[in-house]
Formats: sequence, structure tokens, C-alpha cells
Amino acid sequence: MPEDAVRLSGIEKSFGSARILNGISLAFATGEVHALIGENGAGKSSLGKVVGGYYSFDAGTLTVFGRDVGHWSPRAALTSGIAMIHQELQLVPELTVAENVFLGIEENRAGVLTGSEQARFRALDERCGFGLSPNAVVADLRIAERQKVEIMRAIARDARVIIMDEPTSSLTADEADKLHRVIRWLRDEGRTVIYVTHFLDHVLETADRVTVMRDGRVVRTGPIAAETKASLIEAMLGEPADVAFPPLPPAPAADAPVLLEVAGLSSATGLSEVSLQVRAGEIVGLVGLVGSGRSELARAIFGADPSTGTVRVGGAAYDERSPRLSVQRGLAFVPEDRRKQGLDLVQTVRPNMSLPHLSLVSRLGVLKPRDERRRTAQMIEHFNIVPGQIDGEVAFYSGGNQQKVLLSKWVYGNPKVVILDEPSRGVDIGARRRIHNFVVELARGGAAVLLISSELEEVISLSHRGYLMRDGRIIGEADCRTLTVEDALFRLFNVEKQMGAA
Amino acid sequence: MSGTTSTARSAQATVPAGRRAIAFLQRYGILIIIALLMAGLTMLSDSFLTPRNLLNIVNQSAPLAIIACALTLVIIGGGFDLSAGAVFGVASVSAAWLAVNVDPMLGIVAGPLVGLVLGLVNGLIITGFNVHSFLATLASSMVFRGIAILITGGALIPVRMEEFAWLGRGRVGMVNIAVIVFVVFALAMMFLLNRTTFGRRVFAVGGNEEAAILSGVRTNLVKIATFGLTGFAAGLAGVIAVSRISMGQPQAGVGMELDAIAAVILGGTSIYGGKGAIWRSIAGVLLLALIGNGFNILNVNPFFKDLTTGLIIVVAVALSAGRKRR
Repeated sequence: MPEDAVRLSGIEKSFGSARILNGISLAFATGEVHALIGENGAGKSSLGKVVGGYYSFDAGTLTVFGRDVGHWSPRAALTSGIAMIHQELQLVPELTVAENVFLGIEENRAGVLTGSEQARFRALDERCGFGLSPNAVVADLRIAERQKVEIMRAIARDARVIIMDEPTSSLTADEADKLHRVIRWLRDEGRTVIYVTHFLDHVLETADRVTVMRDGRVVRTGPIAAETKASLIEAMLGEPADVAFPPLPPAPAADAPVLLEVAGLSSATGLSEVSLQVRAGEIVGLVGLVGSGRSELARAIFGADPSTGTVRVGGAAYDERSPRLSVQRGLAFVPEDRRKQGLDLVQTVRPNMSLPHLSLVSRLGVLKPRDERRRTAQMIEHFNIVPGQIDGEVAFYSGGNQQKVLLSKWVYGNPKVVILDEPSRGVDIGARRRIHNFVVELARGGAAVLLISSELEEVISLSHRGYLMRDGRIIGEADCRTLTVEDALFRLFNVEKQMGAA
Repeated sequence: MSGTTSTARSAQATVPAGRRAIAFLQRYGILIIIALLMAGLTMLSDSFLTPRNLLNIVNQSAPLAIIACALTLVIIGGGFDLSAGAVFGVASVSAAWLAVNVDPMLGIVAGPLVGLVLGLVNGLIITGFNVHSFLATLASSMVFRGIAILITGGALIPVRMEEFAWLGRGRVGMVNIAVIVFVVFALAMMFLLNRTTFGRRVFAVGGNEEAAILSGVRTNLVKIATFGLTGFAAGLAGVIAVSRISMGQPQAGVGMELDAIAAVILGGTSIYGGKGAIWRSIAGVLLLALIGNGFNILNVNPFFKDLTTGLIIVVAVALSAGRKRR
């Protein structure tokens, strides 16, 4: 192996109390395609961002081309020859291809552009052979072409290490093939490509070496020739996490009323003919990888995004859907991003909790502050929210306590159908346990619960039944009491279960 | 990001006395400045601290204060209204024309209603076409000003009638009727903002619109209502002003929207939405009025008045930005 381009040793990274990278030691060689794989939340994207300078690291050393880096930022990374290409591309859509490629490194004389862009672009294009028109406006390009612009931009800056974060997630199979040819060409040019993805086929096809990650640690690094799809999945799985889940209430009887029924739901956000049922007292999980359409399904049912198809709540047709009507019909939706979609961080706990159900604490539009305070205090006690002030500044609360405030906001109204999108993401272990108990409490109280979690272990352990989702469709149904994480992954990756997987 | 959150948390846990004093100054700074200014003016002039002068100040500021109160709701809701001055103008000439040609009482009632309609139009443009309120009201203010000129044909409309002048000039005892109207309106706005479900929704729309939508708040209706209220307030202010000067002018209220915005921001309501109070805007109006009154009393070149006002706004905004950063 030639010398290492990037070497990490003992890298640690935490967000609040959640440790996302734990003692990572790893080397990326010059002229190799190195894939980073792992389950959702294993830390592969975060590791890419540390190398690219987008995340700082708390401990450890990062060595780039033989030099230890001190202050590390995207700019510092770029000057050291490392460029990152993001999931959400970072181009200026209104500018042309050539303008984007040379953005920030335009040739100028005393600030006046010399107009040499066309010639420079032609020279660059000869090397890359993408055949992009320099004058095309980026907004008019397809995503695959935009990625090429990003790659040219990286090469124009003479990047010797290029990190790609899930580059194929929005590409067609054909476009992905083309990208892989480009990746191999980059390698043949002597550049290093760090390829973060959860598409195992792509890894097996394109990478030279692969690093499997789990729970913020490196499981193993090795040449791709030694791996198969099954061996990678097994490495990603590892031992079950050391978390006890609360016992589920008994599954509802077959004649228990169906509180939520969805049939043929399709949407512009990518859902296609989704049908499912949830009974009173039942917890149903949506099992799928990031991008499989789980959150989109939740939003469509709740009326946050427009969709076609039928929804019935408690047996009654619910065709004109909007968040307001959903609240009135007893639906609750805890969205995945509590800071952006869930809480109003400018306000205190009390107005946050009462917002969806103001009619419960008012008469003829006039608030009854005493009722409101009493209910808020009850919720704080019920969820053991700390600090316990009724008008506490929720912006300064820990992730777990913010999440409890968000859950309280919906319990307030005694919902019949509860949709929980990533209810325990980024919270500490204590809050996580409380949230799990809460999910079970909801079902025991007769509510229908639809649970979404990227952590397969969690969603399977907490559900009676699960629907497997991929590409905006439901590809199968499973009894979660017998389903294993391993089975689920095999079904989601669409491979036959082979060898001694038992 | 997590770094700033944790420092903020630890800062809250162990607030040193000095820090707390600074926080207090930032929160109630506007009141302290007003108190200092009043103390200074009292020392400099015998005629300042008299009931008559003080009532006079409030009376003269009543139209602006009425607009500022309602505008506070728009700004807390995350919006901006640049058309209040033009609405004021349309309401002035409509009221004057109706008073002269139809009935004085009808003119008085019509002013605020005309304003309400124009405000609702603003709200419908903003929500219907999804235009930023800044642009929408910038454009609508030009249209409204044009309507005001069309109504009068560019001329002035004199209204010398007892039945019309009482609103702007009348008194109950020694208190001006305009002051009473202002106080009633301000109390109504405070009640609306702090004690009703509507007020809660206004805060939620400005604080986190996405979260408000997902909580079932019809955010567009809330926005339309806040613009309607501001239109109503501008119309009411316009009628008071016409009634006071007995003259309907299409150019009435030019620049008034900026005074109102300055007062709201000076008071400390967040320009980013979600945070603020009516009393703050009233204090802002009062501060602007005191500066003006001080320059009159001291007989200083009025050129310095705008300069001073501007500087005070810069300092006030810088102070509140400092509060945000920490």
C-alpha cells in the first residue's frame, strides 16, 4: 500500500451527552476507494464530516499527508487537499457550471475577473471528460450532472481526497453506474475517495477497501475482496445493544377496532400505494432505512403534505386532510426534528405544551391560565421533566427533556392515533427509557401507535407488528415478536438469507 | 451549536450578580432611558413636568401609538407592515369625504373599517401568493397612496364640523378623547395578545411557523388577522388625525409606518418574531415623543432631533442583539 492520505487515531466526538464517534483509528490510503458503511446512526456520515472539516473532534489526532492538523474547518481541509461532496449538494443554482466550478478561485487582476474561465474550464473538462456545457445554468441540470459539477469543483481545487456522502441516494441505477466509473477514474488518477453509503451493492462493486462501523466504533477494516453482502450485514449488526425494552401489552384481539386505516396512499414526496392498518391498543412499526419514505408517510397521513388515497380514522373517512383537522380528529404527530418542527424554542414550556389543544384551556377564545398551569404541571410531573418550571426556557433543556416536552404537547389531548417519528433520537439513556415506557403506556390506554425509528432494534422491540418500507412502498409485513433485526436487514436489502445466518 | 447551548445553560445556572444586572438593564432598558430623559427634561425646563405637557405629549402621539400597538402583533407573528402610513392616508381622505358629503358620524366609523379592509387585503396577498410581507406591503403602500390621491383628485378636503372634530379635539374633563381611545385600544390589544388563544397562535407563528402548522394552527388565518388589525389601527389613527386638523390630505401619514416600526423595535420586540410585548411598543412611542418634546422645549435645531433619534435606535438595537448573542 502506498502512503496514507488521511490517518485518524483515537478520534472522539460527542453532541451533548450523545457520543457519536468513539476512539476511531483508521487510515485512508492514497489512491484507494474506501467505503464507510454501517446502520443508520452508526457514525459513518459523522466520520466523513470530521475528515472534511465540517465537524470538530473532541479528542484524538487527525493526520493529513503526514502532518497533524490543528485548527480544522472546511476551509482548512480544502487547502490541505480534502473536499467533501454532500448529500445536499452545495452549488449556487443561479450560476452557470463554469461559475460554480471556479467559485471562490476565480482568476482576477486586482479583483477584476480576467474572463479566462472558459479556457480553464475546457482544460479541466479534457481531464475529466464529463462533457458538461460550461454555460449551462446549474438549476437546469439533473442531480447526477450536478454531482459532476461538484466533482469538477473538487478537482479544480486540486483535491487529493474526495469524500462523498451518500452520493447515489437520489440517482437512478444508470446514473449510479456512471458515477462509479468517475470514482474509479479518480482513484486511477491517484486520488483517494472516501465513499459513505448504505448501498452494499455499490460498495462491493466499486470500493477497494471497506470499513464497517457500529455505534460510533470501527468494527473492522479490510479489502473488499474478502467481503460478501452477508458478511457486511453481519458485521454491521454485531451484538444486540445493551438496552432493555419494556414488555409490550398483549396484542389487541382480532376484533379490536381499527383506529387508523390507510389505503392506496401516494404522494409527490415519493409514496406509492401505501396501505396499512393499526388497531386500538396496537403498536405498529415502520421498518426501513433512511430515505425509505417513513417520515413522508407520517406527514401524508397527518395532512402535512398533500397526498391521494384514503385514510380512515376510527372508522370514519378522512379525505380532506390537514394538520388542524387531524388534531380535531384525535391524531397526534411527533415529528422527527424537535427543534425545527416540534418546539417553539423562543417560547417557554407552558405555551409549547398547550398549543395544539388550546381549546382545552380556554373558553370562547379566552385562556384560562389556572387550568393551563395545572395541566402543564401535571405533564411535567408525569414525564419527570427537568427543570420542572412551568415557564422554563425550553431552548436550554437537554435533548431528552425537550423531547418529553414535545410528547407532553400531544398527550395533553388524549389522542386516539399517535404517530411517533424518531421519538428517542439523540436523547440520553434515562429519557430514552421513559419514552419507551410512554409508547407502551399509550397502547395500554387503547391508542393506536405508529412508530418510526431508524434504530431497527428499537422499532422491532417496541412494536407488535411491523411494515417493511423501501422506496416509498410497503414491501412486506412482519410479526415483530418473531422478527429479528437480521431478518429485517436482509429483507430491506433484498437479499436471500444465505449460509449460517441462524 | 451544542457548545453555545451548554454555555447558555451553565450561565443560567450560576448567574453572577453583574451579569444579572446587565440582563435586567437589557430587559427594562427602555424604561430606564425614559426615566432618565424625563428627569433630565424636568431639570432643564419648568414647563416639562406639568400634567398639561405630559397629557399633550400622549395626545399628540396617540395616532402613532395606536398603530404601534397593532403593528406589534404583526412583528411578533414574524411579519412586517410598510403600508400603515398609506392606509392612514386612505382612511383620512375617506373619512373626510364621507363626513363632508354624507354624514360626519359615518366618516368616523368608516375610517377604521376602510383600514381593516386594506389590512386584510395585505394579509391575503401575503398568504395567497406566498410573498414576503416586506415586499407585499411595500407594493400595496404605493397602490393605497394612489387610491388616496384618486379619492380627492389630489386636492385637500376641509372638514370643519363640530360633529366630526370631537374625536381629535374633544376632552372629557382634562383628558383628551384621543387619549382615551388610545388607552382602550391598547388594553384591547394587550388582552388579545396575552389572554386569548389567538394571541398564543400569533406568538407560535412568529416563533416557529413549521411547528405551529404541525400543531394544527392555521397560520395563514393568523397572519391575515394581524394585518387586518394593523389596518384597522392605521384607519383609526387616520380618522383621529383628520378630525384633529379638520383637513383630509392624501399625503397624510407619509413615513408614519417607519416611525411605528422604529417604536416597536426601540421597545425591544424582536424583529425576528415570536417575542415582544405591547407595553414595549408604547414605551417606544413615548421615547420618540419625549425626544421630540425635549427638542421643542429646549428650542434646539430640529436637525439634531432625527440624528439623536437615529442614534438611540442604533444603540437600542445593538443592545438587544447583544442579548440574543448570549
